[in-house]
Amino acid sequence: MSVTTTTPETTSTTQPKKRRLRTPYFQVVASLAWKDLRAEARGREMVNAMLLFSIMAVLIFSFALELDRQAQEATVGGVLWVTIAFAGTLGLGRSLAAEKDKGSLDALLLAPVERSALFYGKMIGNFLFTLAVGFLLVFLLTVLFNVNLFRPVLWLIIVLGCLGFATTGTLVASMSVHARAREMLLPILLLPVILPVIISATRASTALITELKTEDWLPWIQLLGVVDFVFLLAGFFLFDFIVEE
Amino acid sequence: MQYSESRTRNLRWLTYASIGLFIISFWMIFAYVGPERTQGEVQRIFYTHLGAFFASFVLFVVALIAGIQYLRTRHEKWDDLGLSAIELGLIFSLINIVTGAIWARPIWNTWWTWDPRLTTVAIMWLAYAAYLMLRAGIEDPNRRRRFAAVYSILAFSSVFLTIVIIRVRPDTIHPVVAGPTSTSEGIEGDFAMSDRITTTLLFTIFTYVVISITLLWYRIRLENRTKLIQARKMKLLLNA
Repeated sequence: MSVTTTTPETTSTTQPKKRRLRTPYFQVVASLAWKDLRAEARGREMVNAMLLFSIMAVLIFSFALELDRQAQEATVGGVLWVTIAFAGTLGLGRSLAAEKDKGSLDALLLAPVERSALFYGKMIGNFLFTLAVGFLLVFLLTVLFNVNLFRPVLWLIIVLGCLGFATTGTLVASMSVHARAREMLLPILLLPVILPVIISATRASTALITELKTEDWLPWIQLLGVVDFVFLLAGFFLFDFIVEE
Repeated sequence: MQYSESRTRNLRWLTYASIGLFIISFWMIFAYVGPERTQGEVQRIFYTHLGAFFASFVLFVVALIAGIQYLRTRHEKWDDLGLSAIELGLIFSLINIVTGAIWARPIWNTWWTWDPRLTTVAIMWLAYAAYLMLRAGIEDPNRRRRFAAVYSILAFSSVFLTIVIIRVRPDTIHPVVAGPTSTSEGIEGDFAMSDRITTTLLFTIFTYVVISITLLWYRIRLENRTKLIQARKMKLLLNA
Protein backbone atom coordinates (compact mmCIF):
# COMPACT_ATOMS: atom_id res chain seq x y z
CA MET A 1 0.00 0.00 0.00
CA SER A 2 1.49 3.25 -1.04
CA VAL A 3 -1.33 5.49 0.14
CA THR A 4 0.66 7.74 2.43
CA THR A 5 -0.87 10.51 4.46
CA THR A 6 1.02 13.75 4.35
CA THR A 7 0.49 15.87 7.41
CA PRO A 8 1.62 19.41 6.82
CA GLU A 9 2.28 20.47 10.39
CA THR A 10 2.72 24.09 9.47
CA THR A 11 -0.74 24.63 8.07
CA SER A 12 -2.42 22.79 10.90
CA THR A 13 -0.79 25.00 13.52
CA THR A 14 -1.47 28.28 11.80
CA GLN A 15 -5.02 27.44 10.78
CA PRO A 16 -6.37 24.92 13.25
CA LYS A 17 -9.77 24.75 11.57
CA LYS A 18 -8.50 24.03 8.09
CA ARG A 19 -6.42 20.92 8.56
CA ARG A 20 -5.24 19.33 5.35
CA LEU A 21 -4.96 15.71 6.34
CA ARG A 22 -6.05 14.33 3.06
CA THR A 23 -4.02 12.94 0.24
CA PRO A 24 -4.99 14.56 -3.06
CA TYR A 25 -7.95 12.79 -4.62
CA PHE A 26 -6.30 11.66 -7.81
CA GLN A 27 -3.24 10.43 -5.98
CA VAL A 28 -5.45 8.08 -3.97
CA VAL A 29 -7.16 6.81 -7.12
CA ALA A 30 -3.87 6.33 -8.94
CA SER A 31 -2.03 4.63 -6.09
CA LEU A 32 -4.89 2.22 -5.44
CA ALA A 33 -5.13 1.29 -9.10
CA TRP A 34 -1.34 0.99 -9.28
CA LYS A 35 -1.37 -1.26 -6.20
CA ASP A 36 -3.90 -3.56 -7.88
CA LEU A 37 -1.88 -3.68 -11.06
CA ARG A 38 1.35 -4.51 -9.23
CA ALA A 39 -0.32 -7.18 -7.11
CA GLU A 40 -1.75 -8.67 -10.27
CA ALA A 41 1.60 -8.49 -12.08
CA ARG A 42 3.19 -10.48 -9.27
CA GLY A 43 0.43 -12.92 -8.36
CA ARG A 44 -1.54 -13.07 -11.62
CA GLU A 45 -4.33 -15.00 -9.96
CA MET A 46 -7.19 -12.91 -11.35
CA VAL A 47 -6.15 -12.11 -14.90
CA ASN A 48 -4.97 -15.65 -15.58
CA ALA A 49 -8.28 -17.10 -14.50
CA MET A 50 -10.23 -14.52 -16.49
CA LEU A 51 -8.22 -15.04 -19.66
CA LEU A 52 -8.33 -18.81 -19.43
CA PHE A 53 -12.06 -18.71 -18.79
CA SER A 54 -12.69 -16.49 -21.79
CA ILE A 55 -10.59 -18.72 -24.05
CA MET A 56 -12.63 -21.73 -22.96
CA ALA A 57 -15.91 -19.87 -23.35
CA VAL A 58 -15.04 -18.79 -26.89
CA LEU A 59 -13.98 -22.33 -27.80
CA ILE A 60 -17.29 -23.66 -26.51
CA PHE A 61 -19.17 -21.01 -28.45
CA SER A 62 -17.32 -21.79 -31.65
CA PHE A 63 -18.00 -25.53 -31.23
CA ALA A 64 -21.61 -25.02 -30.32
CA LEU A 65 -22.37 -22.50 -33.03
CA GLU A 66 -20.92 -23.90 -36.19
CA LEU A 67 -22.22 -21.24 -38.45
CA ASP A 68 -21.98 -20.01 -41.97
CA ARG A 69 -20.26 -16.76 -42.79
CA GLN A 70 -23.29 -14.51 -42.46
CA ALA A 71 -24.48 -16.02 -39.20
CA GLN A 72 -20.96 -15.71 -37.77
CA GLU A 73 -20.95 -11.99 -38.43
CA ALA A 74 -24.34 -11.66 -36.78
CA THR A 75 -23.43 -13.61 -33.63
CA VAL A 76 -19.83 -12.60 -32.95
CA GLY A 77 -20.87 -9.40 -31.15
CA GLY A 78 -23.09 -11.36 -28.80
CA VAL A 79 -20.37 -13.93 -28.11
CA LEU A 80 -17.91 -11.12 -27.37
CA TRP A 81 -20.12 -9.43 -24.79
CA VAL A 82 -21.44 -12.56 -23.11
CA THR A 83 -17.86 -13.72 -22.59
CA ILE A 84 -16.72 -10.32 -21.31
CA ALA A 85 -19.64 -10.23 -18.87
CA PHE A 86 -19.01 -13.71 -17.47
CA ALA A 87 -15.23 -13.44 -17.32
CA GLY A 88 -15.56 -9.98 -15.81
CA THR A 89 -17.91 -11.26 -13.11
CA LEU A 90 -15.32 -13.90 -12.27
CA GLY A 91 -12.65 -11.26 -11.81
CA LEU A 92 -14.83 -8.82 -9.88
CA GLY A 93 -15.72 -11.36 -7.23
CA ARG A 94 -12.04 -12.09 -6.73
CA SER A 95 -10.96 -8.45 -6.64
CA LEU A 96 -13.15 -7.43 -3.72
CA ALA A 97 -13.06 -10.77 -1.91
CA ALA A 98 -9.25 -10.62 -1.77
CA GLU A 99 -9.41 -7.18 -0.15
CA LYS A 100 -11.92 -8.32 2.42
CA ASP A 101 -10.32 -11.67 3.33
CA LYS A 102 -6.89 -10.16 3.90
CA GLY A 103 -8.41 -7.38 5.99
CA SER A 104 -7.01 -4.74 3.67
CA LEU A 105 -10.49 -3.39 2.93
CA ASP A 106 -10.78 -2.26 6.55
CA ALA A 107 -7.32 -0.73 6.35
CA LEU A 108 -8.31 1.18 3.24
CA LEU A 109 -11.45 2.45 4.92
CA LEU A 110 -9.43 3.63 7.92
CA ALA A 111 -7.23 5.76 5.69
CA PRO A 112 -8.22 9.43 5.86
CA VAL A 113 -9.16 9.70 2.20
CA GLU A 114 -12.36 10.23 0.26
CA ARG A 115 -14.35 7.01 0.03
CA SER A 116 -15.28 7.64 -3.57
CA ALA A 117 -11.56 7.83 -4.42
CA LEU A 118 -11.24 4.27 -3.12
CA PHE A 119 -14.13 3.31 -5.37
CA TYR A 120 -12.58 4.82 -8.47
CA GLY A 121 -9.22 3.25 -7.61
CA LYS A 122 -10.70 -0.24 -7.38
CA MET A 123 -12.84 0.45 -10.43
CA ILE A 124 -9.85 1.38 -12.60
CA GLY A 125 -8.10 -1.86 -11.63
CA ASN A 126 -11.16 -3.93 -12.56
CA PHE A 127 -11.67 -1.87 -15.70
CA LEU A 128 -8.13 -2.61 -16.95
CA PHE A 129 -8.48 -6.34 -16.28
CA THR A 130 -11.82 -6.53 -18.07
CA LEU A 131 -10.32 -4.53 -20.92
CA ALA A 132 -7.48 -7.06 -21.16
CA VAL A 133 -10.09 -9.79 -21.60
CA GLY A 134 -11.89 -7.67 -24.23
CA PHE A 135 -8.79 -7.19 -26.34
CA LEU A 136 -7.75 -10.82 -26.04
CA LEU A 137 -11.20 -11.69 -27.36
CA VAL A 138 -10.70 -9.39 -30.35
CA PHE A 139 -7.75 -11.56 -31.44
CA LEU A 140 -9.40 -14.82 -30.50
CA LEU A 141 -12.71 -14.15 -32.22
CA THR A 142 -10.99 -12.82 -35.33
CA VAL A 143 -9.19 -16.16 -35.63
CA LEU A 144 -11.94 -18.55 -34.54
CA PHE A 145 -14.93 -16.83 -36.14
CA ASN A 146 -13.02 -15.54 -39.12
CA VAL A 147 -14.53 -12.07 -38.76
CA ASN A 148 -12.27 -9.05 -38.85
CA LEU A 149 -12.61 -7.27 -35.49
CA PHE A 150 -9.68 -4.92 -35.98
CA ARG A 151 -11.78 -1.78 -36.22
CA PRO A 152 -11.02 1.31 -34.11
CA VAL A 153 -14.72 2.02 -33.51
CA LEU A 154 -15.21 -1.48 -32.14
CA TRP A 155 -12.33 -0.85 -29.76
CA LEU A 156 -14.06 2.32 -28.60
CA ILE A 157 -17.20 0.26 -27.93
CA ILE A 158 -15.13 -2.27 -25.96
CA VAL A 159 -13.55 0.50 -23.87
CA LEU A 160 -16.94 2.10 -23.10
CA GLY A 161 -18.61 -1.25 -22.42
CA CYS A 162 -15.86 -2.42 -20.08
CA LEU A 163 -15.95 0.94 -18.29
CA GLY A 164 -19.67 0.61 -17.61
CA PHE A 165 -19.25 -3.00 -16.60
CA ALA A 166 -16.39 -2.29 -14.19
CA THR A 167 -18.18 0.68 -12.61
CA THR A 168 -21.41 -1.13 -11.79
CA GLY A 169 -19.53 -4.33 -11.12
CA THR A 170 -17.29 -2.76 -8.49
CA LEU A 171 -20.31 -1.19 -6.83
CA VAL A 172 -22.31 -4.41 -6.71
CA ALA A 173 -19.32 -6.60 -5.82
CA SER A 174 -18.55 -4.40 -2.82
CA MET A 175 -22.04 -5.27 -1.55
CA SER A 176 -22.08 -8.96 -2.43
CA VAL A 177 -18.69 -9.49 -0.77
CA HIS A 178 -20.40 -9.19 2.62
CA ALA A 179 -23.06 -11.77 1.82
CA ARG A 180 -23.09 -15.38 2.83
CA ALA A 181 -23.00 -17.03 -0.60
CA ARG A 182 -21.12 -14.23 -2.32
CA GLU A 183 -19.87 -16.17 -5.35
CA MET A 184 -23.45 -17.10 -6.13
CA LEU A 185 -24.99 -13.75 -5.33
CA LEU A 186 -22.70 -11.56 -7.43
CA PRO A 187 -23.91 -12.66 -10.89
CA ILE A 188 -27.54 -12.61 -9.72
CA LEU A 189 -27.21 -9.05 -8.46
CA LEU A 190 -25.00 -7.81 -11.24
CA LEU A 191 -26.52 -9.11 -14.45
CA PRO A 192 -29.93 -7.37 -14.24
CA VAL A 193 -28.30 -4.05 -13.41
CA ILE A 194 -25.58 -4.35 -16.03
CA LEU A 195 -28.02 -5.12 -18.81
CA PRO A 196 -28.27 -1.60 -20.29
CA VAL A 197 -24.51 -1.71 -20.88
CA ILE A 198 -24.52 -5.20 -22.36
CA ILE A 199 -27.51 -4.55 -24.62
CA SER A 200 -26.21 -1.31 -26.07
CA ALA A 201 -22.65 -2.64 -26.45
CA THR A 202 -23.87 -5.81 -28.19
CA ARG A 203 -26.19 -3.90 -30.51
CA ALA A 204 -23.47 -1.41 -31.42
CA SER A 205 -20.89 -4.16 -32.04
CA THR A 206 -23.22 -6.28 -34.15
CA ALA A 207 -24.37 -3.33 -36.23
CA LEU A 208 -20.76 -2.33 -36.79
CA ILE A 209 -19.54 -5.82 -37.69
CA THR A 210 -22.38 -6.47 -40.13
CA GLU A 211 -21.48 -3.11 -41.70
CA LEU A 212 -24.76 -1.33 -41.28
CA LYS A 213 -25.04 2.38 -41.79
CA THR A 214 -23.57 4.83 -39.30
CA GLU A 215 -26.96 5.84 -37.94
CA ASP A 216 -27.58 2.21 -36.99
CA TRP A 217 -24.70 1.97 -34.53
CA LEU A 218 -23.97 5.54 -33.50
CA PRO A 219 -27.07 5.92 -31.25
CA TRP A 220 -26.06 2.78 -29.35
CA ILE A 221 -22.58 4.16 -28.69
CA GLN A 222 -24.13 7.41 -27.48
CA LEU A 223 -26.49 5.48 -25.21
CA LEU A 224 -23.52 3.49 -23.90
CA GLY A 225 -21.72 6.73 -23.08
CA VAL A 226 -24.74 8.09 -21.23
CA VAL A 227 -25.19 4.85 -19.27
CA ASP A 228 -21.48 4.88 -18.32
CA PHE A 229 -21.75 8.44 -17.12
CA VAL A 230 -24.83 7.66 -15.01
CA PHE A 231 -23.17 4.64 -13.41
CA LEU A 232 -19.96 6.59 -12.72
CA LEU A 233 -22.04 9.21 -10.91
CA ALA A 234 -24.05 6.51 -9.09
CA GLY A 235 -20.78 5.01 -7.86
CA PHE A 236 -19.65 8.37 -6.56
CA PHE A 237 -22.79 8.84 -4.48
CA LEU A 238 -23.63 5.28 -3.45
CA PHE A 239 -20.22 3.83 -2.56
CA ASP A 240 -20.08 5.88 0.66
CA PHE A 241 -23.23 4.19 1.88
CA ILE A 242 -21.97 0.71 1.04
CA VAL A 243 -18.68 0.85 2.90
CA GLU A 244 -19.58 2.94 5.93
CA GLU A 245 -19.36 1.00 9.18
CA MET B 1 -47.66 -2.30 18.76
CA GLN B 2 -51.03 -0.66 19.10
CA TYR B 3 -52.37 1.25 16.15
CA SER B 4 -54.61 4.23 16.71
CA GLU B 5 -58.32 3.63 16.25
CA SER B 6 -58.70 6.20 13.48
CA ARG B 7 -55.88 4.75 11.39
CA THR B 8 -57.33 1.28 11.55
CA ARG B 9 -60.69 2.72 10.56
CA ASN B 10 -59.09 4.50 7.59
CA LEU B 11 -57.47 1.28 6.52
CA ARG B 12 -60.79 -0.53 6.77
CA TRP B 13 -62.48 2.10 4.60
CA LEU B 14 -59.67 1.89 2.08
CA THR B 15 -60.16 -1.87 1.97
CA TYR B 16 -63.90 -1.49 1.29
CA ALA B 17 -63.09 1.09 -1.37
CA SER B 18 -60.61 -1.27 -3.06
CA ILE B 19 -63.12 -4.11 -3.12
CA GLY B 20 -65.83 -1.81 -4.44
CA LEU B 21 -63.58 -0.35 -7.12
CA PHE B 22 -62.47 -3.81 -8.15
CA ILE B 23 -66.05 -4.99 -8.58
CA ILE B 24 -66.95 -1.88 -10.59
CA SER B 25 -63.88 -2.22 -12.80
CA PHE B 26 -64.74 -5.89 -13.34
CA TRP B 27 -68.21 -4.87 -14.43
CA MET B 28 -66.79 -2.18 -16.70
CA ILE B 29 -64.33 -4.58 -18.34
CA PHE B 30 -66.93 -7.27 -18.99
CA ALA B 31 -70.18 -5.38 -19.48
CA TYR B 32 -69.72 -1.64 -19.95
CA VAL B 33 -67.08 -1.76 -22.65
CA GLY B 34 -67.87 -3.68 -25.80
CA PRO B 35 -65.55 -6.11 -27.57
CA GLU B 36 -62.83 -4.36 -29.56
CA ARG B 37 -63.38 -4.21 -33.34
CA THR B 38 -60.39 -6.26 -34.53
CA GLN B 39 -59.26 -8.10 -31.41
CA GLY B 40 -62.65 -9.07 -30.09
CA GLU B 41 -63.08 -10.44 -26.57
CA VAL B 42 -59.37 -11.04 -25.99
CA GLN B 43 -58.77 -7.34 -25.73
CA ARG B 44 -60.57 -7.24 -22.37
CA ILE B 45 -57.51 -8.66 -20.62
CA PHE B 46 -55.62 -5.57 -21.69
CA TYR B 47 -57.17 -3.51 -18.89
CA THR B 48 -55.89 -5.83 -16.18
CA HIS B 49 -52.54 -6.00 -17.94
CA LEU B 50 -52.09 -2.25 -17.92
CA GLY B 51 -53.57 -1.79 -14.44
CA ALA B 52 -51.11 -4.29 -12.96
CA PHE B 53 -48.24 -2.57 -14.77
CA PHE B 54 -49.15 0.82 -13.34
CA ALA B 55 -49.52 -0.66 -9.86
CA SER B 56 -46.07 -2.25 -10.05
CA PHE B 57 -44.64 0.98 -11.45
CA VAL B 58 -46.07 2.99 -8.55
CA LEU B 59 -44.74 0.42 -6.07
CA PHE B 60 -41.24 0.48 -7.55
CA VAL B 61 -41.22 4.27 -7.45
CA VAL B 62 -42.25 4.02 -3.79
CA ALA B 63 -39.36 1.60 -3.24
CA LEU B 64 -36.96 4.03 -4.92
CA ILE B 65 -38.11 6.89 -2.70
CA ALA B 66 -37.97 4.64 0.37
CA GLY B 67 -34.39 3.65 -0.53
CA ILE B 68 -33.28 7.26 -0.85
CA GLN B 69 -35.08 8.21 2.35
CA TYR B 70 -33.54 5.32 4.25
CA LEU B 71 -30.03 6.37 3.27
CA ARG B 72 -30.81 9.94 4.31
CA THR B 73 -32.63 9.38 7.59
CA ARG B 74 -31.62 5.82 8.61
CA HIS B 75 -35.09 5.25 9.98
CA GLU B 76 -36.13 1.60 9.90
CA LYS B 77 -39.64 2.39 8.68
CA TRP B 78 -38.28 3.35 5.25
CA ASP B 79 -36.65 -0.04 4.93
CA ASP B 80 -39.95 -1.75 5.81
CA LEU B 81 -41.70 0.37 3.22
CA GLY B 82 -39.11 -0.49 0.56
CA LEU B 83 -39.29 -4.22 1.22
CA SER B 84 -43.09 -4.23 1.24
CA ALA B 85 -43.30 -2.22 -1.96
CA ILE B 86 -40.87 -4.45 -3.81
CA GLU B 87 -42.56 -7.69 -2.73
CA LEU B 88 -45.92 -6.39 -3.91
CA GLY B 89 -44.40 -4.88 -7.03
CA LEU B 90 -43.04 -8.31 -7.94
CA ILE B 91 -46.52 -9.80 -7.63
CA PHE B 92 -48.14 -7.09 -9.73
CA SER B 93 -45.50 -7.28 -12.43
CA LEU B 94 -45.97 -11.05 -12.48
CA ILE B 95 -49.69 -10.45 -13.10
CA ASN B 96 -48.66 -8.00 -15.79
CA ILE B 97 -46.37 -10.54 -17.49
CA VAL B 98 -48.85 -13.45 -17.28
CA THR B 99 -51.81 -11.45 -18.61
CA GLY B 100 -49.55 -10.09 -21.34
CA ALA B 101 -48.65 -13.64 -22.37
CA ILE B 102 -52.31 -14.66 -22.44
CA TRP B 103 -53.12 -11.63 -24.60
CA ALA B 104 -50.15 -12.28 -26.89
CA ARG B 105 -51.06 -15.91 -27.67
CA PRO B 106 -54.02 -15.05 -29.96
CA ILE B 107 -52.73 -11.65 -31.11
CA TRP B 108 -49.05 -12.35 -31.79
CA ASN B 109 -49.52 -16.12 -32.11
CA THR B 110 -46.93 -16.78 -29.40
CA TRP B 111 -46.86 -16.68 -25.61
CA TRP B 112 -43.52 -15.02 -25.43
CA THR B 113 -41.13 -13.31 -27.79
CA TRP B 114 -37.84 -11.53 -27.15
CA ASP B 115 -39.25 -8.17 -27.99
CA PRO B 116 -37.35 -5.26 -26.35
CA ARG B 117 -40.29 -4.46 -24.06
CA LEU B 118 -40.77 -8.02 -22.91
CA THR B 119 -37.04 -8.46 -22.38
CA THR B 120 -36.72 -5.37 -20.21
CA VAL B 121 -39.79 -6.30 -18.16
CA ALA B 122 -38.32 -9.75 -17.53
CA ILE B 123 -35.04 -8.15 -16.50
CA MET B 124 -36.87 -5.72 -14.23
CA TRP B 125 -38.55 -8.64 -12.52
CA LEU B 126 -35.22 -10.44 -12.09
CA ALA B 127 -33.56 -7.32 -10.68
CA TYR B 128 -36.17 -7.01 -7.95
CA ALA B 129 -36.06 -10.75 -7.28
CA ALA B 130 -32.30 -10.31 -6.83
CA TYR B 131 -33.11 -7.62 -4.26
CA LEU B 132 -34.84 -10.26 -2.13
CA MET B 133 -31.86 -12.59 -2.60
CA LEU B 134 -29.53 -9.83 -1.43
CA ARG B 135 -31.61 -9.29 1.70
CA ALA B 136 -31.62 -13.00 2.45
CA GLY B 137 -27.86 -13.22 2.03
CA ILE B 138 -26.76 -10.57 4.52
CA GLU B 139 -27.00 -11.24 8.23
CA ASP B 140 -26.11 -7.95 9.91
CA PRO B 141 -29.47 -6.09 9.97
CA ASN B 142 -27.99 -2.62 9.62
CA ARG B 143 -25.89 -3.61 6.67
CA ARG B 144 -28.83 -5.47 5.14
CA ARG B 145 -31.01 -2.38 5.26
CA ARG B 146 -28.27 -0.19 3.83
CA PHE B 147 -27.41 -2.53 0.96
CA ALA B 148 -31.08 -3.11 0.21
CA ALA B 149 -31.60 0.66 -0.08
CA VAL B 150 -28.61 1.03 -2.41
CA TYR B 151 -29.72 -1.88 -4.54
CA SER B 152 -33.31 -0.65 -4.80
CA ILE B 153 -31.90 2.57 -6.27
CA LEU B 154 -29.73 0.63 -8.74
CA ALA B 155 -32.59 -1.71 -9.69
CA PHE B 156 -34.78 1.23 -10.61
CA SER B 157 -32.61 1.69 -13.70
CA SER B 158 -34.39 -1.38 -15.09
CA VAL B 159 -37.80 0.24 -14.53
CA PHE B 160 -36.59 3.34 -16.30
CA LEU B 161 -35.32 1.21 -19.17
CA THR B 162 -38.68 -0.53 -19.46
CA ILE B 163 -40.53 2.77 -19.71
CA VAL B 164 -38.09 4.30 -22.18
CA ILE B 165 -37.35 1.38 -24.47
CA ILE B 166 -40.59 1.14 -26.42
CA ARG B 167 -40.33 4.83 -27.11
CA VAL B 168 -36.81 4.72 -28.53
CA ARG B 169 -36.59 1.29 -30.14
CA PRO B 170 -38.30 1.26 -33.54
CA ASP B 171 -38.29 -2.55 -33.80
CA THR B 172 -40.67 -3.27 -30.93
CA ILE B 173 -44.03 -4.89 -31.64
CA HIS B 174 -45.45 -3.89 -28.27
CA PRO B 175 -48.19 -1.25 -28.54
CA VAL B 176 -47.55 2.09 -26.87
CA VAL B 177 -50.84 3.00 -25.26
CA ALA B 178 -49.92 6.31 -23.65
CA GLY B 179 -47.56 8.93 -25.00
CA PRO B 180 -45.65 9.31 -28.22
CA THR B 181 -44.14 6.40 -30.12
CA SER B 182 -41.17 6.50 -32.47
CA THR B 183 -42.97 4.64 -35.24
CA SER B 184 -46.33 3.00 -35.55
CA GLU B 185 -45.55 0.49 -38.27
CA GLY B 186 -44.77 -3.04 -37.16
CA ILE B 187 -46.80 -2.76 -33.98
CA GLU B 188 -49.10 -5.74 -33.74
CA GLY B 189 -52.31 -5.49 -31.77
CA ASP B 190 -52.56 -1.74 -31.54
CA PHE B 191 -56.08 -0.36 -31.43
CA ALA B 192 -57.92 2.89 -31.67
CA MET B 193 -59.37 3.99 -28.37
CA SER B 194 -63.05 4.69 -28.17
CA ASP B 195 -64.39 6.78 -25.31
CA ARG B 196 -65.59 3.74 -23.42
CA ILE B 197 -62.24 2.00 -23.79
CA THR B 198 -60.44 5.08 -22.48
CA THR B 199 -62.79 5.41 -19.51
CA THR B 200 -62.49 1.75 -18.62
CA LEU B 201 -58.73 1.83 -18.98
CA LEU B 202 -58.27 4.85 -16.75
CA PHE B 203 -60.71 3.46 -14.20
CA THR B 204 -58.91 0.10 -14.08
CA ILE B 205 -55.53 1.78 -13.66
CA PHE B 206 -56.93 3.88 -10.82
CA THR B 207 -58.42 0.75 -9.22
CA TYR B 208 -55.15 -1.15 -9.35
CA VAL B 209 -53.20 1.74 -7.87
CA VAL B 210 -55.69 1.98 -4.98
CA ILE B 211 -55.52 -1.79 -4.44
CA SER B 212 -51.72 -1.71 -4.40
CA ILE B 213 -51.70 1.07 -1.81
CA THR B 214 -54.14 -0.86 0.39
CA LEU B 215 -52.06 -4.02 0.15
CA LEU B 216 -48.93 -2.01 0.87
CA TRP B 217 -50.49 -0.72 4.05
CA TYR B 218 -51.38 -4.26 5.15
CA ARG B 219 -47.91 -5.52 4.25
CA ILE B 220 -46.26 -2.86 6.41
CA ARG B 221 -48.53 -3.82 9.31
CA LEU B 222 -47.55 -7.44 8.79
CA GLU B 223 -43.88 -6.46 8.90
CA ASN B 224 -44.44 -4.57 12.15
CA ARG B 225 -46.25 -7.56 13.62
CA THR B 226 -43.41 -9.89 12.65
CA LYS B 227 -40.90 -7.58 14.29
CA LEU B 228 -43.03 -7.37 17.42
CA ILE B 229 -43.23 -11.15 17.67
CA GLN B 230 -39.50 -11.37 17.10
CA ALA B 231 -38.84 -8.88 19.87
CA ARG B 232 -41.13 -10.71 22.30
CA LYS B 233 -39.48 -14.01 21.47
CA MET B 234 -36.08 -12.54 22.22
CA LYS B 235 -37.35 -11.13 25.48
CA LEU B 236 -38.77 -14.50 26.54
CA LEU B 237 -35.57 -16.27 25.61
CA LEU B 238 -33.53 -13.80 27.61
CA ASN B 239 -35.75 -14.19 30.67
CA ALA B 240 -35.90 -17.96 30.53
